[in-house]
Parts: sequence; structure tokens; C-alpha cells
Amino acid sequence: MGELRLMKGNEAFAEALIRAGADGYFGYPITPQSEVIEYLMAEKPHERTGMVVLQAESELASINMLYGGAGAGKKVATSSSSPGISLMLEGISYMAGAELPCVILNVQRGGPGLGTIQPSQSDYFQATKGGGHGDYRLLVLAPASVQEMSDFVPLAFDLAFKYRNPVMILSDGVIGQMMEKVELFDPIPRWTDEEVIEKNGDWATVGKRPGRERNIITSLDLDPYSMERHNHDLFAKYKKMEEEEVRWEELNTEDAEYFIVAYGSASRISQKAIDLARAEGIKVGLIRPITLYPFPYKVLQEKVQKGAKGFLTVELNMGQMIEDVQLAVKDNAKVEFFGHVGGVIPTPEEVVEALKTKIIGG
Amino acid sequence: MELTADKIKELVVKPENKVYAKTPLLTDKTLSYCPGCGHGVAHRILMELVEEMGLENDTIGIAPVGCSVLAYEFMNVDMQEAAHGRAPALATAIKRLWPGKFVFTYQGDGDLAAIGGNETLHACNRGENITIIFINNGIYGMTGGQMAPTTLPGMRTSTSPYGRDTHMMGNPLKMTEIVAMLPGTYFVTRQAVHTAKHARKAKKAIKKAIEVQLEGKGTSFVEIVSNCNSGWKMTPVKANQWLEENMLDYYHLGDIKVDGKLVKEIV
Ligand SMILES: Cc1ncc(C[n+]2csc(CCOP(=O)(O)OP(=O)(O)O)c2C)c(N)n1
Ligand code: SF4
Ligand SMILES: [Mg+2]
Repeated sequence: MGELRLMKGNEAFAEALIRAGADGYFGYPITPQSEVIEYLMAEKPHERTGMVVLQAESELASINMLYGGAGAGKKVATSSSSPGISLMLEGISYMAGAELPCVILNVQRGGPGLGTIQPSQSDYFQATKGGGHGDYRLLVLAPASVQEMSDFVPLAFDLAFKYRNPVMILSDGVIGQMMEKVELFDPIPRWTDEEVIEKNGDWATVGKRPGRERNIITSLDLDPYSMERHNHDLFAKYKKMEEEEVRWEELNTEDAEYFIVAYGSASRISQKAIDLARAEGIKVGLIRPITLYPFPYKVLQEKVQKGAKGFLTVELNMGQMIEDVQLAVKDNAKVEFFGHVGGVIPTPEEVVEALKTKIIGG
Repeated sequence: MELTADKIKELVVKPENKVYAKTPLLTDKTLSYCPGCGHGVAHRILMELVEEMGLENDTIGIAPVGCSVLAYEFMNVDMQEAAHGRAPALATAIKRLWPGKFVFTYQGDGDLAAIGGNETLHACNRGENITIIFINNGIYGMTGGQMAPTTLPGMRTSTSPYGRDTHMMGNPLKMTEIVAMLPGTYFVTRQAVHTAKHARKAKKAIKKAIEVQLEGKGTSFVEIVSNCNSGWKMTPVKANQWLEENMLDYYHLGDIKVDGKLVKEIV
């Protein structure tokens, strides 16, 4: 059993970065995630593992620091909240284009604009459909507990390097701020410079090596045919993610006729709602997508084939993931949405009520 | 005997006839620069130094967005291509994660002084142990000759067709003087490469800039006042004359900060 601690989600993420053997963290303060950089600064990771932590002058700078560090073969990460992620989209698009691995945490708050510092899930489209310019995808993991704020860090690094693609951990102000018991994983040593060269030296700018051509990190290609090929190569990679990396969790689904689809903090509220509904004899289960991209379309389709009567998506936004649920379910069953925005948190009772009026009785 | 190109090569190209050789750290790819453009000379000087100083396998360079966006096609070392203006941010992380490498950025005036002004200031202010090569040609060469923050007063560009109006657009931004005022910079100089004499001096300055980084002293910053004959709509010869008479009158050549101390009054 690993070390047990009571921590905020943001702190668990920060501690997990150090333990996952991250080489560098670059970030800019913004509520509700500033605990990440505060925790890192207090922990002196440079003394613990040699990890570099730097407060950048902006999110534009942080993400471009990630570009540089990742392009040089190192494990790098950043975190921010919604307005800061908007600033990072330039760099994220460049990193997707140049195929660079990194981990980006978004502890979402409400928008648009400066919006609110309260929790939200309204960056779902931005995270899962590209967000920045150009055709690209991020691999998106959605933690629903402080435990997962820690556990998803090494997983995200593995996936980032496996696919040489940015991985986003799409969290929200609830998960970032709440305190829970977390079992910390045992530290993974940082790669030595020799290991970085051995693992990534065939593509990363680690300094030219005798016997190989120079390495170039770029997203630019002015030859239309070659650029078209590059786009196709990227999409072949995304297809592989869709085939191999879909992750989800089911709760009370064995006998379920109705399904709530929810991720992150909305899935925690929905769990409670399912207990209440089951107590009233409603056969409802939870499908919690863990990867938002790739999305578990097939899981939903299987439920439809087995006779699912309806799906309620619960989100802290105006209805974004519902579009993916609709893509999976089509007209084969009822799909409805329930949510709150602006930092208003849905109650389990409201979710049960929505299930009754919009799906069962509707 | 018919003198074909191959035959001439055979007769003339002999070790004893050799007076100059292109450094192998410039690739054989034809430069994308206009004939007479300062970018080519600056590339050569930098890569010659990397070779002469034995840094071929210990260099990571960063290309900007601008005419030198393809610098990585010409500079035969490990290179990254940054988003417009962000090169100092990339360099910051690379150097901190690979402190033993020589890390440089190569940036135009639009890249460094306009869109990347913030990244430049903060990297220099933190005293990042990197070398910044700043090619100031007073214009956006790549996008077809628009006004830059460094465009001279009254200078015509495609977005200041009646000449830069300083009431509307302010005066040319002297980034080099600004970064020299920051404690993080250790060596700051302004050079030119439009004549052999200037190029030789510039080479000495860049060598010093590299040495400063290798000694871990802080940011070294080399501005090169350059030309853009295409953007300025002049012949290469005329462009160099214009540079001498106008650019150098505003952008004075010489060291501004040496060994961490200002050696010139900043005006
Ligand atoms: C975000 C962004 N904005 C604008 C551009 C278009 N753009 C490309 S190069 C350039 C100006 C380059 O000028 P400079 O840095 O002076 O380089 P030069 O070509 O003169 O060497 C601009 C505006 C871009 N590529 N990216
Ligand atoms: S447009 Fe100007 S800066 Fe660009 S290559 Fe031509 S002369 Fe040089
Ligand atoms: Mg320019």
C-alpha cells in the first residue's frame, strides 16, 4: 500500500508530477488551480528529484516552454484553468502539429470570458474537438477524484510519449479544490540524460549525435502533398488511440434501463443521484467516460443494442458532451441533458427529477 | 579539350587552391533568402562559430517565424521551429533541462520586438543562460514588407505607405537598449554584416556571446542591423547604402553591455 495522504486535487496532481519523474513544470497562476505551482515551489522538487519548476510570464510562455522541453525529449507539464488554457491553444496546436508529448491540466472554471472562478465543465468542446487551429486531437483524461488527479499523471505521461501527442487532464474546480484521501504511488525515477537520449534521441533535439542527421522539431511544411500526408498520419495516430485507448467506468449498469452519462465532478453527483433513484425502484446506471477523447461511443451503442430506453447527460455546462452521446445513440433512444453553469452545482435530487421528467416520463 | 563544368572542377578544385570552404554546419540546401540579404551571412557566421568552437553535437538552435523560419533547413545542428515570437520561451526550457548544451534563438525584429516582446523581456530579465541573435531589418520581410516596431520614422512600408507616422505608431523600438538595462543580461551588443569588415566584427561579438553562455554568465544578446532589399524595394547595393546612412544613424553599432556592465550611455 502506498503512502496515504489527505490532499486537495491540485496538490495531488503536483505531488504526482514529482513522483512520476517529470523533468519540468512551467505554469502561471490562476484560480482554481494555483495550488499546483504553490505546492511545487514549496516542495523544492529540484532537491527531491532534480525537476525544474518555473513560474512563467504567461500561459503563452508556459506552453511554449513545454514545446521546447518536450522537443528536447524531456517529460514536461503545465496546469491552468480555462482562460489560461485559451492562451495556450496556440502552443497546443503547434505541439500537436510537431507531435510533441506533454501533460496539460485544465482545472475548469466557468466562462465565457473572465467568467467566474467557480467550477465548470464548459471547456469540453475545446478539449475534445481540437480547440486551437488546424485538424488535431488531444488525448483527454477526465479525473473524478483526488485519487485520479494523482493516478492519471503517470498514465498521461505514458500515453503522451506512446503517441507523441499532448495529453490533457480535463478536471474542474470541484475536483481541483476538494480534499480526499489519496494513496500516492511510489516514485518513478526521472530519466537520466542518457536515458532521454536512448529513448527519444532519434527524434528529439538532444544535440546532434555522431552517425545521425540533425533532428528537427517543426510543425511547418510548405509542400501541400507532404502536409496532406502529415495530416493523414496524424489521423492514423488518432484512429489508433480510438481503437486502443478508450477508457470508461460503469456503475449499476447490469440491469439498467436508463443511463446517466457524466464525467468528472458531474459523475460524482450522478452516483448519488443513482442511489436515490434506485431506492425508488428506477433501474438506472452510470456510464462515466474516463477518456473524453477518444470517447466511448461503442459502450453507449452496446447499451442501445441491449435495449437501453434513455440517456441523460449531466454536465456543468450548457450541454456539450451530449453531442457525443447523440452521435453514439442517434435516434435509437432518448437523449436529454441536465446541467447548471456559472458555478451552480447540480444537486442529486435535481438529477433524479430531470431523469424522471425528461427521460422516463418525458 | 572541352571545358565542361566537371572538367573545370577537376582542374581547379584541389586542396592547394582552396582559400575558403563552407562550414559543414551549413547544409547544401539552397538558401531561401533574397540575394544580398543579411540573413545568409548571419547564418554562416553563427554556424562557423559552432563548428570552430567544437559545439556541433552540443547545440540546440531555435528558428523563428519570419524569413528565417526555415533556418533549420540550413543550419546543420539540432533545431526547433518556434511559434512566432516564442523562441525565448522554448530556449528557456531547453537550457534549463539541458544546461550543458549551447542554446540559441535566431529571431527577426517582428518576431522578437513585436509579437514576442514579452517572451524576450522576461527571458532576459530572468537572465536565462541563452544566446539571442536578433536580426533587425526594420521590416517584416517574410510577409511582404509590412511595418515593424523597428521601422524608421518616415520609412515607407506596405502598412505605412506614406512613411511611418510616429504620432500614430510611436518611435522605433530599441529592444537591445531595453534588454541591456535588465540585470539578467551579461553581454549585449549591436553589430552589422553588410560589409566584410562588419561581418568580421559581428563574428567576434557572437563568439563572445557564445562564450558568455558557456561560462554560465546570463543572457547574451546580439542585434544584427540587417537589410531587406526586397521589403525596402531597393537593389542589394542600394539597400546596404541605405542601411549605412539611415539604419546605423538610429541603431548605433557597438557593445552596449560587457561583463554585466553598461559600457554605453543609453539614449
Ligand atoms: C501568430 C502569427 N501572426 C502572424 C504571422 C505572420 N507573420 C509571419 S512572419 C511575420 C513577420 C516577420 O518579420 P520579422 O520577424 O521581422 O522577420 P523577417 O522576415 O523580417 O526576417 C509575420 C507577421 C504568423 N506566422 N503567426
Ligand atoms: S524578404 Fe528581406 S529579409 Fe527576407 S530574404 Fe528577402 S531580403 Fe532577406
Ligand atoms: Mg524583420
